[in-house]
Amino acid sequence: MPDLPSKSSSGRGAADAGKAASAIKAASAINVRAVESRDLNDVIAVDAEASGLEKVDYWYELFHRYGTRGRQQRFFLVAEVGSRIQGFIIGEVRDWEFGSPPCGWVFGVAVRRNARLGGVGSALIGAILECFRRAGVEKVRTMTGRDNNLVLSFFRSQGMMAAPFIPLELDLK
Amino acid sequence: MKLQTSTMLALYSVLEAASHPEKQVSAAEIAERYGVSAHHLAKVLRELGRAGILDSSRGVGGGYRFCGNAKRLTLMDVIEHFEDIGARAPEPGMAESDVGWAIVRVLTEIDDIAKATFRSITIETLLKLVAREQQAKSPATLPAPEQAG
Repeated sequence: MPDLPSKSSSGRGAADAGKAASAIKAASAINVRAVESRDLNDVIAVDAEASGLEKVDYWYELFHRYGTRGRQQRFFLVAEVGSRIQGFIIGEVRDWEFGSPPCGWVFGVAVRRNARLGGVGSALIGAILECFRRAGVEKVRTMTGRDNNLVLSFFRSQGMMAAPFIPLELDLK
Repeated sequence: MKLQTSTMLALYSVLEAASHPEKQVSAAEIAERYGVSAHHLAKVLRELGRAGILDSSRGVGGGYRFCGNAKRLTLMDVIEHFEDIGARAPEPGMAESDVGWAIVRVLTEIDDIAKATFRSITIETLLKLVAREQQAKSPATLPAPEQAG
């Protein structure tokens, strides 16, 4: 999951972000659509702004697997305001993973810092939930770092609750 | 992490005030609504005032008003004023024991998950949950009674 930077609500950057977000809200013109190849540079930039890493090969590979048309269970969407890509979301239906009946998984979401609090994230998640519904699943899951308050709070604000799974890991060194 | 009574009172108070941010809520009102001691509650409200979460005004019609940002203020922001959320240490006498440290490690894991949960839930999100609970219990959602006869 691409990380969003820690939340910040002070300083000029936050004020600018607030103005931009208000403008987005006022415009009410968030268009969520399937990603196209011409969007990839924007997607890479949005992710790089959020994660601090520019992962060009990774995103081209994901576009190849998730972005091409005709996929029934994989969804890679972008949010456009005017002609600018402000965020993206990516997910898929996974069947019987960890013994679970088919359910939707959101494994990537990011919104440009200066577009946050403008409804872009909500529009993206609303759109992918609709994709999952149409795909016939009744549950959506995601996973994020427990220190990633911004993303955790976002998913919580969308009504998501703790799932009946506990992630485990082991150091191999 | 088991929350103390003061912490629970603080959460009730903040939610009560945040659900009606335009009005002053009196300590007596909150105490009566949740069946708690007004004396104990007064101390909690003072602490919330000092923390800048509630704004108090005296006199007739006075009370407490929510002055935080419900979209940003998390449950942990409230809890940390009332609970010791520092790192765990082994119980006295167990500090030199491997068992003591192993148990601390497991309990810390549990604490970390609890803290992450509290940090991820804002007051606005909890108010949405309250609304969902109310909706689930409202008569409109109950199945229609069977017709007699």
